[in-house]
Amino acid sequence: MSGGRVLVAALLVALLIVPFVPMGGMQQYMLHVLIQIFIWSFIGGAWSLMGRFGLVSLGHGAFLGLGAYTTTLLWNFFGLTPWLGAVVAMALTAVLAVVVAYPCSRFSVVGHYFGLVTLAVGEVIRLLIIAERDWTGGSLGLTVRPQGGDSLVAVQFADKRVFYYAGLVLWALGLWVWHRLDRSMARAAMEAIGEDETAAASVGIHVTRFKIGITVLSAVLTAVGGIAYAQYIAYVNPDTLAGIGVSLRIVFAVVLGGMYSLLGPTVGTALTIALAEVLRVVFGVSYVGMAETIYGLLLIVFIIFLPSGIYGSVSELLRRPRAVAPATPATA
Amino acid sequence: MIDPIFLAEAAVNGLLLGGVLALLALGLNLIFGVIDIVWIAYVDLVMICMYAVYFLVQVYGWPIWIGSLVSVALGALLGVGVHVLIISPILGSAPINQLLATGGLLFFLQSFATFLWTTDHRSVRLTLPTLEFGGMFLSFARLIAFVVALLVMLGLYLFLRHTYVGTAIRAVSQDRDAMALMGANPRTVYLVTSAVGGALAGVAAALLIIQYSVHPFFGAAFGPLTFMICVLGGLGNMVGAFVASFIMSEVISIGGVVWSTEMGYVIAFVFFVVMIFARPGGILGRRT
Repeated sequence: MSGGRVLVAALLVALLIVPFVPMGGMQQYMLHVLIQIFIWSFIGGAWSLMGRFGLVSLGHGAFLGLGAYTTTLLWNFFGLTPWLGAVVAMALTAVLAVVVAYPCSRFSVVGHYFGLVTLAVGEVIRLLIIAERDWTGGSLGLTVRPQGGDSLVAVQFADKRVFYYAGLVLWALGLWVWHRLDRSMARAAMEAIGEDETAAASVGIHVTRFKIGITVLSAVLTAVGGIAYAQYIAYVNPDTLAGIGVSLRIVFAVVLGGMYSLLGPTVGTALTIALAEVLRVVFGVSYVGMAETIYGLLLIVFIIFLPSGIYGSVSELLRRPRAVAPATPATA
Repeated sequence: MIDPIFLAEAAVNGLLLGGVLALLALGLNLIFGVIDIVWIAYVDLVMICMYAVYFLVQVYGWPIWIGSLVSVALGALLGVGVHVLIISPILGSAPINQLLATGGLLFFLQSFATFLWTTDHRSVRLTLPTLEFGGMFLSFARLIAFVVALLVMLGLYLFLRHTYVGTAIRAVSQDRDAMALMGANPRTVYLVTSAVGGALAGVAAALLIIQYSVHPFFGAAFGPLTFMICVLGGLGNMVGAFVASFIMSEVISIGGVVWSTEMGYVIAFVFFVVMIFARPGGILGRRT
């Protein structure tokens, strides 16, 4: 166990000093990729809070978009600092989550039905953003109004390192929430609900309350991730922050990494982002679509051959030989 | 106030669109009912077939009816291909993985189409007249599409009712385990279902390309709507899907005229969500 702790500590130190490692011209790019990994891992983790209990949402883009657009619009039109804007956005997201989750659990909309209801909600938010083009810029997106120079009030910084550390903290926070939930009674209750709702209710678990609670938590954290991403990129677009595309991307990354483990979402997100970046660099702009094509193909292959996710499969592989006999090579 | 003629025109257009949507919904529903997997990429198969018709007719100058037949054959082939290559290896996996595997296919087809054919909108230009009827202007292409869609659905109904394979397909969607005990081969049934579902996608493609232009994101535009129609009618419930198609297409068409195209969709999707909650047992059909 101490070996694991040393590894974790070493990894943390490595992450902390990355911005100061001299990498020449590569540094900005490395930081950019890492910041994206932090933010999207956080969002993936937020999704997996629900996903691991069988509440497979295909519409988390709704929460992402609602969060990002609320904050950006409040800042652009009313000059409200994103700190307060985020509070408003989180409140709105929580309301939306209750509006979706309450009837869903009340009428036990589960499985495929839940997935498709959330998908509809995601599309509604995307289309509303496009329809209200006078405010939101429609499908052209909206640039976060620049304050000029560094500003804590506007949450705008020229130096990527600020966002790097903020992203790191956000990511760690997400892991902490995941861990806390994993150790709590709520987890046992949610697992029971995921297995059999009627049985869970019969032993005194308040099914509706737990489902709404977990959905609100997941949605609000997702909104926070969306706000963070919008502040970092300083641009919001209905196709990158709402709708079916981004919603599926989140789910993919998590399932690829493994949604039942603490680091699964992070591993999956890091891999998909790294893969997308590598393919983008290899193919550049000369073969538009080629990178995504390979990405899609690999996703299918991964899902067929590694059904419990990369991180899940690897940790299974590592655990098994150690438990039985350390000498035998892994065969599974 | 909006001119009643416009509303009437929108209502008729909605009806005509509903026919084609019903075709899509029935294809997806057939597959779901039998194989128990939602093909997220179903409308992307339609998109590929639309490109096929476009190239055959517009670029190589083949007659439209041959292009349509090729589209149907290609659709059936794609359906079988998807089943053999992607679905059958994961038949026993968790539902989420099955859903995502076809979601991966969505990304693949969408980006591959972008890669091959760029994001240009392409359409087949047929010189079909516009009909005037009591002050309303109706596209003849839509009328043809509607009639063909109804005929194909009638054919599907007869196929499911009066052939051995059709009966087997209906049997498996009712009780998977009992069907195997009765001596029908599930593998064959799955393959035939995928082929029929794909062929329906091919028919829909031929009917859509004469009304809409095709682009790589066509599937993303029509896909969610198709899933919602299926769910609204009750996944696997054919009659429900048929009815739901017309409800949704009317809402979109009339909403689009009264407000805007996006708002038409928003209203339809909100209506869908509300209906799921309001009529969990009714319009949803067979839920367990």
